[in-house]
Amino acid sequence: MFSFCSDPETLGTVRWFACYLTTGKHMSLYWSVLTVLSLLAITAPAALAFGFFGAMSARSHVLPLRWLGKAYIAVVRGVPDIAFFLFFVIALDQAFEWTRHQILCPDWTDPIRQGNDFIVCDAAKLPLSSAAQWVHEVYGFFLAVLTFAIVFGAFAANVLFGAMRAVPRGQLETAEAYGMTRRQTFWRVLVPQMWLYALPGLSNLWMILIKATPLLFLLGVEDIVYWAREMGASANRRFTDYPHGDWRIWYFLALLVFYLSFTRVSEIVLERINRRLLHGQATVGGGSR
Amino acid sequence: MKKLILTTAALALAAGMATAADTVRMGTEGAYPPWNFINDDGKVDGFERELGDELCKRAELTCEWVTNDWDSIIPNLVSGNYDTIIAGMSITDERDEVIDFTQAYTPPDPSSYLANAADVDVTGGVIAAQSATIQAAFIAEQGWTLVEFPTPEETVAAVRNGEADAVLADQAYLAPFAEEDGLFILEREEMIGGGVGLGVRESDGELKAKFDAAIQSMKDDGSLNALITKWEVASTW
Repeated sequence: MFSFCSDPETLGTVRWFACYLTTGKHMSLYWSVLTVLSLLAITAPAALAFGFFGAMSARSHVLPLRWLGKAYIAVVRGVPDIAFFLFFVIALDQAFEWTRHQILCPDWTDPIRQGNDFIVCDAAKLPLSSAAQWVHEVYGFFLAVLTFAIVFGAFAANVLFGAMRAVPRGQLETAEAYGMTRRQTFWRVLVPQMWLYALPGLSNLWMILIKATPLLFLLGVEDIVYWAREMGASANRRFTDYPHGDWRIWYFLALLVFYLSFTRVSEIVLERINRRLLHGQATVGGGSR
Repeated sequence: MKKLILTTAALALAAGMATAADTVRMGTEGAYPPWNFINDDGKVDGFERELGDELCKRAELTCEWVTNDWDSIIPNLVSGNYDTIIAGMSITDERDEVIDFTQAYTPPDPSSYLANAADVDVTGGVIAAQSATIQAAFIAEQGWTLVEFPTPEETVAAVRNGEADAVLADQAYLAPFAEEDGLFILEREEMIGGGVGLGVRESDGELKAKFDAAIQSMKDDGSLNALITKWEVASTW
């Protein structure tokens, strides 16, 4: 990056580090920080949406819908994350490709499953095998967001389901007494008040989601933990201009600082939201102000 | 005019399909120097990078490199995330049941032990190995205590901090550690594995044939031996 980096052997310590920390490999690390942050930014609202619909259908008066909502919550919460990430994502990817295969290649005669192999026609591959590397990465990222949203959506659904039940019955009765329909009661009385009860559970989920991002590498998305491990590994002078011993402890220390400060900032923001939600509520927290 | 446009479109489509079929995604681990590793620029580098690029050139394929965890490298090949495994993978019967291998591009070499002292007795000791490798399978067979790690780096770290008495791996991977860190390569070697080849899906016979031919041509003109010597990965043919 800097012009003096051409001969790292002769550099002083400060310059050496300036060069070392700006190698292409380190740029990948900084890039992966952005990947993780944007994943969180997209996943959180997506998971909340999944959770909201899950909770809504779990308390629906239509029986099949209720079963669907309860089954979603129970099944996804009960499966270990890592199994979900290894099995479900491959299944999801194959389901997409299978669908495209049926539509795009109707004259294909070979079986799709050949022993262990899963073969679809070239046009049905997702992404196409001729696509640029970044398309593959974006697709992997999309799968990751979807999987995270489904997993964390199930937990969020349970939290929201409980929060909806925690809203005092009197509030709903009053709404009914005013002649509101079921729909109006739900959207105008129940939903605005439930967030207060949902927030502690949702903030827990957010913290867990932040820490779950290393699961990304299982999906082929290179996340910060992968790069920290990769760069902390001892580097021999035969293979790099910047040889060093086992530096994983320093890289993991940096990760520790990153995650701790990130969760700390989250805590402060969540506390603010909580205070705002408490305002004027007929609860112990709201009354004390 | 209309016909002309149609013909052009058909030609363009055909050309597009030809390139689609010719792009091969090469899956590697990127953590096993000198076989494959990530260089300072963040790109895949090493013996297999050079070998793979040369093979693709000879087979007239466009190749793209991807990295994947060792643990899930076979499942991701089978489900089609990439088309070959080129990651220092020894050809074994167990793996051959799940995927196919091209002919070997390095001959079968013994695996070596790296230990804290030159006189460590490995029989009955605690031996580290990367999980899902021939070395891990070998130690488990002997009935010695095996500690497994997902990456090669961690197996060496286990020896450094005394968690394991020795690590069993390819000599080429262990040699740089012996030179620099005061660790020792033991005299005892284990003759395991059947050479290293490219892994491909069992249904991908055409790709396998192309790579087989390319490897054969590199063996015949001596360029494969030159590459092996350059990166010091194995014995020559």
